[in-house]
Amino acid sequence: MTNLEQLKYTKSHEWVLENADGTVTVGLTDYAQKELGDLVFVNLPIEGDEVTAGESFGDVESVKAVSDVFSPVSGTVAEVNEELLDAPQLINEQPYEAWLIKVENVGDKEELLTAAEYEAFIQGE
Amino acid sequence: MGHYIPATKEEQQELLAAIGVKDISELFTAVPEEVLLKEPLNLPAGKSELEVRRMMEEISSQNKVFGTVLRGASAYQHYIPSIVKYITAKEEFVTAYTPYQAELSQGILQSIFEYQTMICELTGMDASNASIYDGASAAAEAVAMCRERKRTVALVSATTHPDVLATIQTYCYGVGAEVRIVPEKDGVTDAEALRAALAEDVCCFYVQQPNFYGNIEDCTALGEIAHSGGAKYIMGCNPIALAVLKTPAACGADIAVGEGQPLGMPLAYGGPYLGFMAATNAMTRKLPGRIVGETKDADGNRAFVLTLQAREQHIRREKASSNVCSNQALCALTAAVYLSTMGPEGVKQAAVQSMSKAHYFAEQLAAIPGVTVKNQGNWFHEFVTTLPVDTEKVLAALAENDILGGLPVQDGILWCVTELVSKEKLDQAAAIIREVCA
Amino acid sequence: MQLIFEKSKAGRGCTLLPACDVPEVQLPEELKREQALNLPELAETDISRHYTALAKRAYGVNDGFYPLGSCTMKYNPRIDEEIAALTGFTGVHPLQPAETTEGCQKVLALAEQYLCEATGMDAITFQPAAGAHGEFTGLLLIKAYHEARGEQHRNKIIIPDAAHGTNPASAVMAGFSVVTIPSGADGCVDLEALKASVDENTAGLMLTNPNTVGIFDSNILEITDIIHQAGGLNYYDGANFNAIMGVVRPGDMGFDVVHLNLHKTFATPHGGGGPGSGPVACKEILKPYLPGCASLTGEQPKLQMKAFHGNFLVVVKALTYMLTLGAEGIRNACETAVLNANYMMEGLKDLYPVAYGERCMHEFVLCLENLKKETGVSALDVAKSLIDHEIHPPTMYFPLIVHEALMFEPTETEAKETLDEAIAVMRELHKMAYEDAEQMHHAPHHAQIKRPDEVLAARQPILRYQAD
Repeated sequence: MTNLEQLKYTKSHEWVLENADGTVTVGLTDYAQKELGDLVFVNLPIEGDEVTAGESFGDVESVKAVSDVFSPVSGTVAEVNEELLDAPQLINEQPYEAWLIKVENVGDKEELLTAAEYEAFIQGE
Repeated sequence: MGHYIPATKEEQQELLAAIGVKDISELFTAVPEEVLLKEPLNLPAGKSELEVRRMMEEISSQNKVFGTVLRGASAYQHYIPSIVKYITAKEEFVTAYTPYQAELSQGILQSIFEYQTMICELTGMDASNASIYDGASAAAEAVAMCRERKRTVALVSATTHPDVLATIQTYCYGVGAEVRIVPEKDGVTDAEALRAALAEDVCCFYVQQPNFYGNIEDCTALGEIAHSGGAKYIMGCNPIALAVLKTPAACGADIAVGEGQPLGMPLAYGGPYLGFMAATNAMTRKLPGRIVGETKDADGNRAFVLTLQAREQHIRREKASSNVCSNQALCALTAAVYLSTMGPEGVKQAAVQSMSKAHYFAEQLAAIPGVTVKNQGNWFHEFVTTLPVDTEKVLAALAENDILGGLPVQDGILWCVTELVSKEKLDQAAAIIREVCA
Repeated sequence: MQLIFEKSKAGRGCTLLPACDVPEVQLPEELKREQALNLPELAETDISRHYTALAKRAYGVNDGFYPLGSCTMKYNPRIDEEIAALTGFTGVHPLQPAETTEGCQKVLALAEQYLCEATGMDAITFQPAAGAHGEFTGLLLIKAYHEARGEQHRNKIIIPDAAHGTNPASAVMAGFSVVTIPSGADGCVDLEALKASVDENTAGLMLTNPNTVGIFDSNILEITDIIHQAGGLNYYDGANFNAIMGVVRPGDMGFDVVHLNLHKTFATPHGGGGPGSGPVACKEILKPYLPGCASLTGEQPKLQMKAFHGNFLVVVKALTYMLTLGAEGIRNACETAVLNANYMMEGLKDLYPVAYGERCMHEFVLCLENLKKETGVSALDVAKSLIDHEIHPPTMYFPLIVHEALMFEPTETEAKETLDEAIAVMRELHKMAYEDAEQMHHAPHHAQIKRPDEVLAARQPILRYQAD
């Protein structure tokens, strides 16, 4: 189980793990998956695509809605969690295990929140 | 009050009283005075049902309906079994809306699911949508499915029906994408020209099978070439021909589309017809329009629903890849009833007989001095002839005998024969043409 | 219920075609179909019963009340169907010589006369096959117009946030970027927001009036003027035309182009999702850009939306309807539709708050947010409960600017007793929400199926039948 205290968060409800090798792993928070409801599909970029901090890199679909997912950092997509293409429900079941993408060559970063700050932020939503 | 308004004058007064207004005009006070119509529309007064019937029957009689049709070019007269018309006239099917409410629309949903299955069977593809407007718009939507950020150019064979080409060009004009024509050679797509046209910016190649001249393209080879250049491969198919021809799936197509009108729909001056669209699993989520899927209800019983809806405009809005909303559901039902009634053998018979009769007629015409059949390789139920005389003369002589001749095209006439035309009629038509050409 | 494929028996069939009377021609092996053609094999009895059973599991407006907002589910007259089935129309090839299709041309000319008069426009095309197809067509006209004037930089279409999803989707297909403007507190266009959104890149505005909350925007002349002043054109989405026909015309309100949904306003049936017909009427300035047909003229047109003349038989039905109604009848239909909607709203508004306004046009939107807060019963629960009372649910969760929205459009073809009954049922459901919410969460209870698992359908799509 991921230690939630280690993670950083965005106001658009992505979690961010800064790995030792300089790459960054991005996923959706538990709050986000609850708000979105049962997810039925994810649209993800492909390896090698460029992502930009604060801009959408993909989206997640529920039965009656679609929501953009925003990149917390700028960089290059190093890896995509292809397991989610067949099993989007993993995001609902284990949001902190079901990462979406890993980004390398990380440049700009969004302003990220700590676990405590994010907790306070969603209380206010 | 009539005219489909049940309310009597008295009842309308009751309704007004309940709302608390004296006159209906009070309900329109939001409309600015200066644009409110002061006079009735400048149109004739309403008519009784009998008057309208007489008038419309008289108008319909001003059309010439030919006893024999030797013209096709994407609108084909095939035999329509009696039951097709009766089933598709059932009010429950005719007057229902799109089946948003699955709990009272299982009949519509199941009929579409069965239609989707039949289109998959005909084409060999993995998944079909619930239909779109017609074959030309289906082709244009298929091109849109293939467009990517870096690959935007569509290649279209010169042997494509001109309406399909013009529609693809219109849709591409909308988004500012380019269409390049792949030239023809001897009545089929020039394969080497296709190879040369492929480039980094090409997203797809579209070919019609059989093509506009009736010729059967080497679709397997064309598909291999398209894929070798990284382009997607779209085939526009005649559904009757698919009963005997190698399927688009077997030819390597990523998307198969076509004009579904031959599957039980009358000529009807061009519509409503049916655009069918089917794709490989990899491209299923890019299909536009409605798609029906099977699931279970809360009791665990089989149920059908509109599915994969998050692709669509009502959810994605400006991010949707297509705006399609209405489809041609009743035409899809028509196709499904037609295919069920004809069965696998019946559809094959329609295909084989159309092809055989067309070849028989071509032989009769080729025997006339000065007439040349242009088609050289394999062809299906359409062919082009050159004539030693003015085409209009030939067509006029046929028309006098209640026969709609082929379509005038650049090199002569594009003929079409279906299973509906008897040998006797073909012999008669050939005799008339022989006489005019003499 | 079994699928038609599951009822198939090898060897069954119908005798439909005579034996081939010419020598049979075969394709060479390499071109032949290899895959077996697995279509159903059935006797005519089986087919007839199968589809009759399916028809019994379908529900159309001719079966019962269908107040589906924004869809104008009015009764579909039978005479329209009979006329469209005349061989004199069904037997005409689209590429017949013009001198043999005078009747068809007359149908189109008459329909043009009626629709241009009703909309206040100068010209029309019948090629678009549906409303969304019409929107795309109309926007391409606007695009072609600006280009012809050397103003291709005009690439923005302004659309209110309450608009139907097809509007922004169509704009993008026509190559425009979408500027969304928020609705004002009254549900109408916020004039200040509109003024702030126009600039030298404005290509036009897409609007429906009455809007999607059922209110006629009184500022319409100011709105269309703001766009014209900025050099843009005004597009009228005809989805709600039933609310104004014979009373006020888009052409008089400053609109330059309009699409009509013949399958809504002009009583042609929806067929379970189509075929519709979405003719586009326009002012003289846009006429040069109307679509053509390559196979008919032998020339490549600038625009072509599909093959041939559009969904011709649908136009025949709409014309039959318009001839029947005439000038007065068209106005009566509109007025009665608005009357019926106001009557129904009046009977419900004390229990279910109306989203906007005191009066409505041909439809109204109820907001069930409070009901949900107090009882847990959602707009979906109420809609599904209506099915048990043999009423087709209203449009749910649209427009997006209203939470827990239910949108009712009763149309003019419903009698007072039908409206009274629907009001009574809705009031009964309100009571039940407070007494037995649980029961409503699982409604419908007496329908063809219980609520379907849509998540399962989308996660593991089964889109065709596969024999085991």
